[in-house]
Amino acid sequence: MLDKNGIAKRIAQELKDGWYVNLGIGIPTLVANYIPDGIDVTLQSENGLLGMGPFPTEEEVDADLINAGKQTITTRPGSVFFHSADSFAMIRGGKVQLTVLGAMEVDQNGDIANWKIPGKMVKGMGGAMDLVASAENIIVAMMHTNKAGESKLLEKCTLPLTGVNCITKVVTNLAVLEVKDGAFILKERAPGVSAEEIKNATAGKLIVEGDIPEMTI
Amino acid sequence: MANKVVANAEEAIEGIKSGMTLMLGGFGLCGIPEKCIAALAARPEIKDLTCISNNAGVDDFGLGLLLKNHQIKKMVSSYVGENDEFERQMLSGELEVELTPQGTLAEKCRAGGAGIPAFFTPTGYGTEIAEGKEVREYNGKKYILEESLTSDFAIVKAWKGDTKGNLIFKATARNFNPVMAMAGKVTIAEVEHLVEPGELDPNEIHTPGIYVNRIFEGKNYEKRIEQRTVRSAEG
Repeated sequence: MLDKNGIAKRIAQELKDGWYVNLGIGIPTLVANYIPDGIDVTLQSENGLLGMGPFPTEEEVDADLINAGKQTITTRPGSVFFHSADSFAMIRGGKVQLTVLGAMEVDQNGDIANWKIPGKMVKGMGGAMDLVASAENIIVAMMHTNKAGESKLLEKCTLPLTGVNCITKVVTNLAVLEVKDGAFILKERAPGVSAEEIKNATAGKLIVEGDIPEMTI
Repeated sequence: MANKVVANAEEAIEGIKSGMTLMLGGFGLCGIPEKCIAALAARPEIKDLTCISNNAGVDDFGLGLLLKNHQIKKMVSSYVGENDEFERQMLSGELEVELTPQGTLAEKCRAGGAGIPAFFTPTGYGTEIAEGKEVREYNGKKYILEESLTSDFAIVKAWKGDTKGNLIFKATARNFNPVMAMAGKVTIAEVEHLVEPGELDPNEIHTPGIYVNRIFEGKNYEKRIEQRTVRSAEG
């Protein structure tokens, strides 16, 4: 079974040289720590930056330079700032090659719910609905089950949706799955996790074909 | 001769009245017009405001100051998670909240300022945001109709400006400021450095002064940081 860093490490293996990538808050942010050597990716922060760098040193802290999680950050050489409408133009326009975000639920049709729980304080969707609206390549990074032990990979999302038919891949603490033709397709097992365990933790339709390899981290 | 320069925030907000719609730039507390917000908070008789702003500040800074005074009737935002007073007023029904996806909110301002009253966007299709909105299909993909926004006053914060109203923003403090500057019937710009025409390189201006009606230099910016994250100098 993977921890949060393990999920981030596995997702980092999906990165391709030259890609522009948007990493959401939570586990997705950790992906930046595991970008493989020789792979040059440019991180997009939807508040208006391409080329996000690591956190600043105490001396480098600049109140005018934050990421979408409102954390102080730095820039890398070749970075660029832009306004919010330009930022979402590149997102909606499909220029960002990969979006990684967290979710409360994902279903077998690629629908995602990650912004609202009825009866609880609603904080808002931020940029999530825009990020899932047109991206070709959206990976969800999340735990396979919720705190109550219930599956987060469903036949149909029960929570208010963030987007429909948009998720192509899910990486959880248990597995790597593709979302295609109305089903989750098991591609890889987390170390020490059996296909049976993944099946038991997946409420939506799961396709297990042949021997499923264990992922290499 | 035409003069856009005003002395201070108090003078800049002259004419803002109860019931008006304001746009306020900023993302979190980054790039918010903190001087004008403080000046509005010092005029508690100005109430029932509709504030279009990506976020709602924190309890004791930014728009939180206006919330505490019960000056805001309605917020149009994409994310409002950092403010306890906001939550209390929202749950008690005192405050109306219209949540709008961040990119849609930015485009509503940009389009509103550009004379485009509505546009089709894929954002929110199939979600509750799309309820009651026209859906059209283009090239096999579904889009919803969103109406643009304008405001009685747009209030923005820039790094540098000249007396003609030309603006340059710094780093990610740019965010919503340029698009909101376009969409105000009256646009107020507060800047850290106000200079004479000719001192800014025309190649480097982000917001042309045609969008700006009033400008002033603010003093002693607090620029509060919401999440101070640092690494050690060695690491």
